[in-house]
Formats: sequence, structure tokens, C-alpha cells
Amino acid sequence: MSSARDRVLGRVRAALADVPAGEDRRWPREGPEERPYADSHGEGPSLDVLVDRLVDYKATVHRVDAERLPAEVAACLERAGATRVVVPEGAPRAWFEGCPATLLTDSPERPRTLADLNGADAVVTGCAVAIAETGTIVLDAGPDQGRRAITLVPDHHVCVVRADQVVDGVPQAVRLLDPARPLTWISGPSATSDIELNRVEGVHGPRLLEVLVVG
Amino acid sequence: MSGTFLGIPPFPDAARSAVEDSQLRHNLRKATRTIRGKRTEAVDELGADWMRLRARGKEVKDHTLRHLDHYLEELERSVQRAGGTVHWAADAEEANTIVTRLVQETGESDVVKVKSMATQEIELNQALERAGITAYETDLAELIVQLGEDLPSHILVPAIHLGRSQIREIFLEQMAEWGTPAPADLTDDPRALAEAARVHLRERFLRTRTAVSGANFAVADSGTLVVLESEGNGRMCLTLPRTLISVVGIEKIVPTWSDLEVFMQLLPRSSTGERMNPYTSTWTGVAPGDGPQEFHLVLLDNGRTDVLADTVGRQALRCIRCSACLNTCPVYERTGGHAYGSVYPGPIGAILTPQLRGMSSAADEALPYASSLCGACYEVCPVAIDIPEVLVHLREEVAEGSGHLGEKALMAGAGAVFGSPTALEAAQRAAGLAGGAVPRHLPGLAGQWTDTRDLPGLPKESFRRWWKRDGRSEG
Repeated sequence: MSSARDRVLGRVRAALADVPAGEDRRWPREGPEERPYADSHGEGPSLDVLVDRLVDYKATVHRVDAERLPAEVAACLERAGATRVVVPEGAPRAWFEGCPATLLTDSPERPRTLADLNGADAVVTGCAVAIAETGTIVLDAGPDQGRRAITLVPDHHVCVVRADQVVDGVPQAVRLLDPARPLTWISGPSATSDIELNRVEGVHGPRLLEVLVVG
Repeated sequence: MSGTFLGIPPFPDAARSAVEDSQLRHNLRKATRTIRGKRTEAVDELGADWMRLRARGKEVKDHTLRHLDHYLEELERSVQRAGGTVHWAADAEEANTIVTRLVQETGESDVVKVKSMATQEIELNQALERAGITAYETDLAELIVQLGEDLPSHILVPAIHLGRSQIREIFLEQMAEWGTPAPADLTDDPRALAEAARVHLRERFLRTRTAVSGANFAVADSGTLVVLESEGNGRMCLTLPRTLISVVGIEKIVPTWSDLEVFMQLLPRSSTGERMNPYTSTWTGVAPGDGPQEFHLVLLDNGRTDVLADTVGRQALRCIRCSACLNTCPVYERTGGHAYGSVYPGPIGAILTPQLRGMSSAADEALPYASSLCGACYEVCPVAIDIPEVLVHLREEVAEGSGHLGEKALMAGAGAVFGSPTALEAAQRAAGLAGGAVPRHLPGLAGQWTDTRDLPGLPKESFRRWWKRDGRSEG
């Protein structure tokens, strides 16, 4: 008996008998700059749009100067009463100057247990890219973002976004991202629309998303 | 365990009882109106670019389907290169056998599941149960359906037919049997219900070592799988377990990573009416030290190549499961999803289900008629599937096949009359003279046909007679 693979591929080929043998298979047929849709939709200054969209989806947003960042990180954690805070090993030490919380560093080589993460009050990370138009933050497991689990299990995610990481539209972000890395796109806190199609915030992911926009 | 669609009566009968359920109609009207308004706002925000993205989405999917063999092989290579294992399943039984074996090899008897249409289509949960494996649904709506031993009625929100007080009752009565019970003082506030689901599933997420998912997209050039979701249950399943098994229909492929920039704009706006859904996870094979260290991709045919072989019906495989066509359909709003007798209800279900199942039953043959052909589904489809065109095409197949006997007999009669000018003239004269005496409904077999159609008024004089008399002189 032939393998399932051969049978499926054979059926696909038989089903496509109408497609001419030499049909052009190049894809995409144009460069990124010539795509027949917009890169972004010109909705205003990137940072303003990002903040507007984040707030619209119930994230808490603070715009801060670079030198104020450590104080703001400490303030965020203190307001939430967070004393045990997960931090990816590659996050800049400077972010936590003067921070009174206990920092639990995590890395793929020295991962915290799930129980540790579940017992933590918050996690602080950076990001890879942010998309203004959709209020989206993308994590790519870079050194200042860490394993995917650390931004998922704690109930409070504090995310530092630098102004130079913000793009206007989705196509611009996709071009900057490396698909070989595990990516998490985050647009507001965990939510559901499953009850009468009304959006309610707070299901399994972090119920509090706090974004510090620097610059 | 939730049930099966087998044995649900054909659409006209099921619809008749559904429209008599006033609670159901209330729930559906409320939910579909909410989502229609949100969707319009989210789509309008992109202005003229929406139609350009829609055209591009259609183009990407058409191109992929026309070279599907090539892209399937490319996807297989890419996933293998990234450390994943690829399995092929020609039908539901093969897919269920593969997944059951993979779960058994992990030594686990529990799996957590991310909402997936493909695994519902193949009734994976029932197959796992027969092997002594419990599949826990983690999407809120799927959880409601599973706890209530109900059937899904919507692609995106399987419990759309239930209101908050019904959901509260299900949680209070059933959660304890499956794990952490609902709090005794649970209210029907959606926030309280969402919190109960969070507490109910938390421990389950932390300790279950095997997960089963589907995928919204599979990228051929990079080998990346993509899941869009809202609650974080998807992230839990895709990140915390050791082993991840993803069952993905062969039509879910897009050629390149950059094609996602189109679909990541089309899908959230068209589906939940959001600029972006709260969470999207993408993964490529296995990432050392981060997430599941074993990844299996099961590529599922299960009738898709039959759909592909039909050059008109093929476009149904462009579907990205946004469910906008359900939310906008006047028939769906009144009957709900169960009447369609399939995991794919609504307009897309009316064209996809009979093609996937091969029009093998009275229920399948009734589905292409579960529409008024108003065209609203085509207008909102983010990949421009001409659903009315496919419905009419499938009706032709039903009429030509062993199906609708009355329609076939009438069409054969019409063929004899239209084929002969003298017979046609005689028939038209007789009909014109009979005038108002013609009954609106025909008896017997023909009655099956006229029961569901209005006979147009008959003109006093046929076009052919008028043309003979003085039509030519006016030209």
C-alpha cells in the first residue's frame, strides 16, 4: 500500500489537472515596496497612535524619558504590590536600579519552574517590535524578553517599548521579524468575546498589561 | 464528551424547530448584531486599502491552491529542517490514529486542546476517548460546549447559541466533574464567568504535558505555524507542554512569511472586529529551551482534494474561518448553527460541508438550498469567496445527481418542451389562455418543487407571439 503522503500528493495533483504544466509559480512576483496594499494607513504620529490603541484595548500606558525608566519600573511594581518579579536574564540591569522587589532571573539555560512563575507577581520584559496602528507588541524571545512562558504565567506584564522599535503598520513589522524565532504578538491584556460576543478582559493570560513607552 | 452531528435532520426540518426557539433567536440576534457593528468599524478604519488587502488575500490563496503539491512539499521540508516531524493523513480515521499513537507514545492520558475546527471535523476527542485519553477543551466557548455536552454552532464562538445565564448553569452543574468546581456564588456577569474558567483550567495548564492544536496558517517557506486567539489558552497549550501535536488542513498553507502581513490585517478585523486579536503565537519547529521540545504536524486531507478538484467549488478552500459570513447571514441569524448539521455552519458551511462529505446524504444535498442567495456573505468575505456562485453550482449538481427527483422530472419536461419550437408555442399559448386558473402549487412530485418556490405570473401573450405579431416592426 502506498503511503498516506503519496496518496494525498497524488490526489492533489489529480485535482489540479486544469492547471497548465508551465504556469508561473514565482511568488511573490513583486518586491516589498511594490505590494498592491499600503504599508501603513497614515493615522498620525507613531507613538501617539500606539498609545491611543493600547489604551483602547485596556492596556495601561506610561510615556517616560529614558532616565526616568528605572523609577517608573519600580513605581509600576510598587503600585501593584509586586514583590516577586520575573526578569529575563538579558534584560538591562539598569531598568531595575533602586527596585525593591525580589528579581527572579530566568533563561532557557536556567529556567524557573512553572510553580515559581505561577507564584510570581509580575514579569518585566522588553520587546522586539511594536505596531502603532493595531496597538500590538511583538516579543521574539530575544535576551530582554526571554522564554515565552515567563510573559504568560504571571498575572502582570510590564513591557518596555523603545520609540525606535515602533512601526506604523503590520507589513513593516512582518518585514522586521524573523520567523525562525518563536513570536508572541500581544494586543492588550487577555480577553474573550465568547459570552454573547461582548469583549471581557482577563482570562488565562496576564490580566494586567502595563506598557512603558520610552522616548 | 460532546456529541456528534451524525443523525441531525436535514436543514429544512432542523431549521423549522430552530426558528421556533425564541431564546435561541434572541441570543443569536443579540450576538450577531454586536459583531456586525464592530466588524464594520474595524474594516472601515482601513479605508480603500481593505479592498486591496481582500483582493490580495484571494490572490495568495488562489496561487497556493493552484500549486498546492509544491507548497505542501516545501512546508514539509521547512518543518523538518526546524526540528518538527510531519505526518500525512488522507482521512479522519488516519489522522485520529496518528494523533492517538503520538499521545500514547508520550505516556500521558490527558491532553489540553486549543480550539481547532480540523480536530472537530475529524471528531478527534471521541477517538481519543475510545483510547482512554481525555481531551480538555480550553477555549472558553469550547469549554462551555464540552461541559454542556452540546454541539458547536459557530466557527469562532461555538457557544454563541447560549446566553450568560445558561452558561452560568452549565458551569455550576458540570465544572466539578471535570476538575476545579465553579464557585457556589457564581453570577452570570461575563467577567465572573471568565474568571471561573481561568480558575478551572489553571492547574490543568500547569501540569498537562501534551497539547493538541490546529493552526490558522502554515507558512511554506519558513515552516512556521500560526495561531490567533484571545484568551491566552492558546499560548498556554502552545508553550507549557513538552509535546505539541498540530492537526492542520492542507488548505491552510501560505507560500511565504511576508504573506502573513495580509492575513494578519484581514482576519482579526473580519472575525472579531478588532484591529488585532489579543494574542498570536507563531512557532517554527522546536526552539531549544523555550516551549515544547517535540513538535508533530499532521497534514489533513479528509475531502479537501475533492473540493480542490472542482474548479468552481475550489474557492471554498480559500476560507480563513473568520465567520463573518455567518454573522451577516439572515438565514443563520434565524436558524443558528446546529440546523446545518456540521461543524462548519452558515454560508461557508453550506458550500464546504457538502463538498467535503461528497453530497452523500439527504442532509448534504439540502445544504446548498440553505440560503436565499442574497449575497451578503460574499460582500463580507475577506478572501472574496463567491458563496452564491458555489451554492448555485452545487444546486445544479444536486439536480443532476440522484437527488431532488421533482426538480429533475420538471427539468426533463422543460427540456422536451424548450427543445421543440412547436411544443413550446403550444405550451405557452395554453398557459397564457389558462391565466389565473394556473394553481400556485403543483401536486405530487412537482409539489416538492413548487412548495418552496413562487410561480411567476403568466403573461397573456408569449414573447414569441408578440415578436411575431409586431415586435419586429418596432426594431
